[in-house]
Amino acid sequence: MNGRSRSLWVLAVVGLLYVAVGVLQSWPLALTILNDGLIVAITALGVNMQWGYAGLFNVGVSGFFALGGLAVVLVSMPLDPQAWSAGTPRLLVALVILALVIFAAMRLYRVLGAGWLRIVSLIVFIGVGVTVFRTVFNPAAKAVEAINAAVTGNIGGLGLPVPFSFIVAAAFAAAAGWAVAKIALGLRSDYLAIATLGIGQIIISVLMNESWLDRGVKNVVGISRWPVPEEVRLQKQPWFIDLAHTLGMHLTTTSTVFVGLCFAALFTAILLVILLLAELSLRSPWGRMMRAIRDNEVAAEAMGKDVKRRHLQVFVLGCAVIGIAGALFVMLHGLFSPVNYNDALRYTFLIWSMVILGGSGNNLGSVLGALIIMLIWDEAGSVGPHLFALLTSPLADGPLKTHLINSAVEMRLPAVGLVLLLVLRFSPKGLLPER
Amino acid sequence: MGAPFLIGEKMTGGYGAADILHDCTIAVEKGEIAVIVGPNGAGKSTAMKAVFGMLTLRHGQVRLDGEDITAFSPQARVAKGMAFVPQTDNVFLSMSVEENLEMGAFLRRDDIRPTMARIYDLFPVLKEKRRQAAGELSGGQRQQVAVGRALMTQPKVLMLDEPTAGVSPIVMDELFDRIIEISRTGISILMVEQNARQALNIADKGYVLVQGANRYTDTGEALLADPDVRKTFLGG
Amino acid sequence: MNILDAIVVLLNYVIIPATSYGAQLALGALGVTLIYGILRFSNFAHGDTMAFGTAVTILITWAFQAAGITFGPLPTALLALPLGIAVTALVLLFTDRAVYRFYRRKKAAPVILVIVSMGVMFVMNGLTRLIIGVQDQNFADGQRFIINAFQFRKMTGLAQGLALRTTSVITLLTAIIVVAALFWFLNHTRTGKSMRAFADNEDLALLSGINPERVVTVTWLLVAGLATTAGVLYGLDKSFMPFTYFQLLLPIFAAAVVGGLGNPLGAIVGGFVVAFSEVMSTYAWRMVAAYVLPRSLVPGGLMQLLTTDYKFAVSFAILVAVLLFKPTGIFKGKSV
Ligand SMILES: Nc1ncnc2c1ncn2[C@@H]1O[C@H](COP(=O)(O)OP(=O)(O)OP(=O)(O)O)[C@@H](O)[C@H]1O
Ligand SMILES: [Mg+2]
Repeated sequence: MNGRSRSLWVLAVVGLLYVAVGVLQSWPLALTILNDGLIVAITALGVNMQWGYAGLFNVGVSGFFALGGLAVVLVSMPLDPQAWSAGTPRLLVALVILALVIFAAMRLYRVLGAGWLRIVSLIVFIGVGVTVFRTVFNPAAKAVEAINAAVTGNIGGLGLPVPFSFIVAAAFAAAAGWAVAKIALGLRSDYLAIATLGIGQIIISVLMNESWLDRGVKNVVGISRWPVPEEVRLQKQPWFIDLAHTLGMHLTTTSTVFVGLCFAALFTAILLVILLLAELSLRSPWGRMMRAIRDNEVAAEAMGKDVKRRHLQVFVLGCAVIGIAGALFVMLHGLFSPVNYNDALRYTFLIWSMVILGGSGNNLGSVLGALIIMLIWDEAGSVGPHLFALLTSPLADGPLKTHLINSAVEMRLPAVGLVLLLVLRFSPKGLLPER
Repeated sequence: MGAPFLIGEKMTGGYGAADILHDCTIAVEKGEIAVIVGPNGAGKSTAMKAVFGMLTLRHGQVRLDGEDITAFSPQARVAKGMAFVPQTDNVFLSMSVEENLEMGAFLRRDDIRPTMARIYDLFPVLKEKRRQAAGELSGGQRQQVAVGRALMTQPKVLMLDEPTAGVSPIVMDELFDRIIEISRTGISILMVEQNARQALNIADKGYVLVQGANRYTDTGEALLADPDVRKTFLGG
Repeated sequence: MNILDAIVVLLNYVIIPATSYGAQLALGALGVTLIYGILRFSNFAHGDTMAFGTAVTILITWAFQAAGITFGPLPTALLALPLGIAVTALVLLFTDRAVYRFYRRKKAAPVILVIVSMGVMFVMNGLTRLIIGVQDQNFADGQRFIINAFQFRKMTGLAQGLALRTTSVITLLTAIIVVAALFWFLNHTRTGKSMRAFADNEDLALLSGINPERVVTVTWLLVAGLATTAGVLYGLDKSFMPFTYFQLLLPIFAAAVVGGLGNPLGAIVGGFVVAFSEVMSTYAWRMVAAYVLPRSLVPGGLMQLLTTDYKFAVSFAILVAVLLFKPTGIFKGKSV
């Protein structure tokens, strides 16, 4: 079977699986899973760029993904004039001060020669700088958080339509990726992994705790999803009621399916654009060079290729793509909940299993891997308990049985782990091997 | 003369798809010294590794004292009385000299102290430095540790891959003397040497390898006398 | 100005907690560093191994408690610990045979093994959730305090009371015993030395007749002991929640990297460096300052560098500093 027909086969099977969910369970469920799947597919594309093209190890995916979500909050939530007058400008000034302090400290580090003098003066400088930052920042943050704390209590957004945030999301994630790559690229491969693990956790801590920024653990709700319509609005439109009538479907179901389809169309469009760009880049001289570097770094370096620079580029690009996916995720759910992202298994390692299953280095593979794993993951939540109830039916009712049935959802963790291990062992090239 | 004590016969094989060795034969008689010489990249180290089972052969056989050991793992060969000092990375850098020697005797269950004392007699500097990490020793001292570690198994045959590499001329003479001394105790020695002239001088048997195949094989003396060998490999 | 009170406060909130935490991290980092030294990869499943071992130990503890077996003033969990270690060891050995050995034989690149360990992490994590759930479990019993703050105040007449919890002392003592035993094992036994030899130079170890499979087996046994002990001590000291253990991966890796990956002594030092930095930079120093500085000089703020929510940032900062300035760690580790 050649590469293309194999791709088509896998694509067809994945499509059938989703149709089967629609027919056997329900269409809204199939669409929910599909939309989640499309978003993680974009995330997986980002990871595949880093790992598949360049062999770079990013396990801070959840952090970059969450940063993309933050972009949606900051771009699309309405302007908050009260917060603005209470402290937003001062907060901005404080952040500029912080940036200057960091920049100056790096300069200072370079200017001063090694030795005690450098260490002492750096500590003093950073101490003073942070104190100045704090005296500006703390009161401003308090003031902003005090405003209408139950509903907002943060700086609000720019009031722009959501699609603008996609670019900002990419920029946020790219900037964070750039910072961590600057530090850890060029070191041993697992050091980059550990560094990204750290940056991911820190980003999420910041998002959870800086409530002036995004309400922290109180979550931001009611995020606009323009241009996708709201279900409740649809249900009141005469043409839509007619449509439901003609189809002979329940009004709420029709609206759910309709909205789901709108999202699916939007996500698919974005996915296809990114997929296309990724494929084009992979086939360009740039992509060939990337792969040459991955396959033999020493030789590439000897040939005068600037390996570190190329790695930096691809790492930042990958992070940007992950950021966009994060923005879409928040848009889909209309909710930004930083606590969520703490689940690194779901938001980082699950993505990795998708890339490996799909076939490292193969973009379409990552997409299909994502759609398959998402299906397993979500279905384990709905089918798992029934399956366990069936399996445990010979057992007498009791605490053990209840515990087992309740933990059925958790079975998806070992299930995904097992898929990952089996693929690595028996088919390390994945479903669609790299061409 | 009967069958040689250790022989790698008609060995063909390499690290991957391409063969490095082509029908290559090397052997050593009981209590004798056999020396392998040849240009860089000739496959001398590869031949040694092949004899020690660190690379799978496509053809050929390795026999020790008449027994076919081609399929044995390196550890099994150690247990059979073979010892090998590789060309590079031949000591445990982070471990003390004494621990290096102990590791050499890993498979032995009897009292290893007499053997260790003998090695300290052979290389007195090691006794002085026995608590020091091998990584802190000079190149020549490290080679002594490496040879010492190999001797700890009380081998019947000792294989040395360029034991004098990176060692000053004085220490080199010293090492050659020690090697002769070792062979006098009845241990067969199979060694690769870069300093061909000196090595062939002490060799009972010499092999000249070129591109993974035997080019000349004779006694050390005869090779030293052969004008072709002199011209091409001994610099006139 | 009152130096004694300041010292008591410092002990209560900085030195004692940081020492216990440091000991826990050190044990965790030792496991990571052993695997790195012998099997040559960064094991991402280590946090979940700790969680699994602890979960098993908790179940056994509950069984003991139900059967009326206790350990006097000491936590019953200590009694259950050896059994917990044994179960964890079996699981790790099974994992090695079923999963890692294949890649070892193939001499796969370390980065592949890291991904494999992610798969193992999923399975371990799921197992832990399956056997004990995701909730917080507090399983410390026995006597809570060795010195309690109230008695201390009464005895000494100081304003501040010193509180010394049993778990802190147990943590430190256990860690000292475990570490001493480990170092004795590595430096003075044949098997221990063969492990060091294997870590130092695998090929030469093979040439010396050292059996790699045996070395690997012993390594997993040690890792089971270290990880389970670290996890149980952490759980006794704070509480057990699988998720927290996953998050410990960062400080543990930071500790191992700071000390030099592959270097056991480094792992211990690294554990304490990370723990003290974390506690000291998230502690509000105002109370100490109030005791040692004249009133006029005591600042208005809390004198806290970071809130505890950002403790991960401390591990990260240390990690970054080491990576930037001394990638092989304080005590030279190995760099593959
Ligand atoms: N581990 C290896 N993997 C693949 N090829 C190797 C390996 N080691 C050596 N070779 C190749 O095998 C050939 C023979 O190498 P070998 O080390 O046996 O030469 P040598 O005669 O010992 O040279 P020298 O005098 O430099 O030690 C060389 O072309 C080398 O590139
Ligand atoms: Mg050689």
